[in-house]
Amino acid sequence: MATVRLSFSPAPVHVRTARLVGVAVARRAGVAEELLDEVRLAIGEACTRAVALHRQYGLPDLVMVEMSDSDSYTVRVVDRAPIEASVGLAKLPPDELADESLTDEALTTGVGFALLAGFVDDLQVRPVDDGAGTEVRMVWPVHRR
Amino acid sequence: MELSLTTRAVGEHTVLDVGGEVDVYTAPRLRERLVELVDGGSRNVVVDLARVDFLDSTGLGVLVGALKRLRAANGTFGLVCSKEPLLKIFRITALDQVFPIFPSVEAAISTSAGDGDDIHPSA
Repeated sequence: MATVRLSFSPAPVHVRTARLVGVAVARRAGVAEELLDEVRLAIGEACTRAVALHRQYGLPDLVMVEMSDSDSYTVRVVDRAPIEASVGLAKLPPDELADESLTDEALTTGVGFALLAGFVDDLQVRPVDDGAGTEVRMVWPVHRR
Repeated sequence: MELSLTTRAVGEHTVLDVGGEVDVYTAPRLRERLVELVDGGSRNVVVDLARVDFLDSTGLGVLVGALKRLRAANGTFGLVCSKEPLLKIFRITALDQVFPIFPSVEAAISTSAGDGDDIHPSA
């Protein structure tokens, strides 16, 4: 069950709010202090990706972020973009990162995925159960006080 | 924390001091400023990230864009960064192999010869 659920219109300005809430809930849940920077970055990347997809497809739907702290700290970021949009998730090799032919969007997507994969040990990207959309699910360990 | 951007000239170099959070919301302002610098004739640009406390993929994309723009103009581009959390971001994305990264502005501007590609990251 979710501890905190946050929905926001797909605008860049709200991603910071999601990051702040995500870190606040993580801290309260007992995620180790040294992991909080990574939690902040990963939630930001997942939300940035969702906002970019909604804007790309002209979707006014809210982006949903759900945080729960039952046995671990789990964050789900759910977008409503067509599933095929998720195919863009690919890590770029170093020699292609500054290639002239690579678009800014492709670079940001590739780098964003590299950050998610690099900072989250337990990461899943999968279709949502109902309708169009993708869920980015991230899990961090907690230490009960 | 809001994004702050301050430009100063150090010899032949233009140093852009960046502070605060560089993310999907604020990165367009950083992009604008870097484009202005290059369009205004700056050819040796150093971006000092010492006061940046958050940097995401959008910000990294803007920095790569500036590198490419300066490379096309036969200029140089370097980053100043000594904070471990930010350096980790560059390592994870392999962008530490793309950018010349220096521990200080002094180190960045003293390594002024040649194109950015010829400068090996030192941090």
